[in-house]
Amino acid sequence: MAKTVIVSCGTGIATSTVAAIAIEEACKEAGIDVVTKQCKGQEIPELLKQGADLIVTTSVMRFDPGIPVVKGLAFLTGVGKDAIVQEILDHLRE
Amino acid sequence: MKIKDYLCDDAVIIGLDARDSEQVIRTLGGKLRNLGYVKENFVEATLEREANLPTGLPLGGEYNAAIPHVDIEYVNQSALGLATLKQDVVFCNMVENDVEVPCRLVIMLALDQPKSQIEMLQSVAAVLQDQEIVKKLVSAETAEEVFSILS
Repeated sequence: MAKTVIVSCGTGIATSTVAAIAIEEACKEAGIDVVTKQCKGQEIPELLKQGADLIVTTSVMRFDPGIPVVKGLAFLTGVGKDAIVQEILDHLRE
Repeated sequence: MKIKDYLCDDAVIIGLDARDSEQVIRTLGGKLRNLGYVKENFVEATLEREANLPTGLPLGGEYNAAIPHVDIEYVNQSALGLATLKQDVVFCNMVENDVEVPCRLVIMLALDQPKSQIEMLQSVAAVLQDQEIVKKLVSAETAEEVFSILS
């Protein structure tokens, strides 16, 4: 079954788009079946009800979602990008 | 469609002498508003969003950048504005809001559709990830130079 990654940012349309595409590409390369769902930070609780394996966010998390969270700023800045890609893949392989 | 296809001639500001992020957003957003790309309330909405959900990005090199933007409802047509700053201006960090990021480059995104303009967003990210290009942009002396760096 495909893994679900919630990709959130402030508006749900800009930086999460960049992150979501990068995650999809990395998973494809690693042979992991993944579905990404983009949203605004405040929409995360609603999406969590449908189930998810991981949250990658480029904005601040203001609550504990109960599933792993990876900060995805590196998809924008490039700083530490390989490390967070690895972290995401590790979470999804669990 | 790459960055320069969305970047407006009249919304490129070189060496803006700004004291704070509000002044940068007002100046750059005002240009996009005067050009008709964004609605009257775009600037106020972007300021509010920046206060709650800041957009400063530490780029790991000499210069950092900020990418102020807001929901699609404030935008008429997708466009980009760009300002290089005369001196560092503090924006707060996008994922750690209490961390200050001194920025010298600001790329303002006006997006009119959700999850679109993917190529443009990716090329903005590609620029931010290339410290050489960031450096060239920050030292550009004319808008023409900015366009040639981005093409």
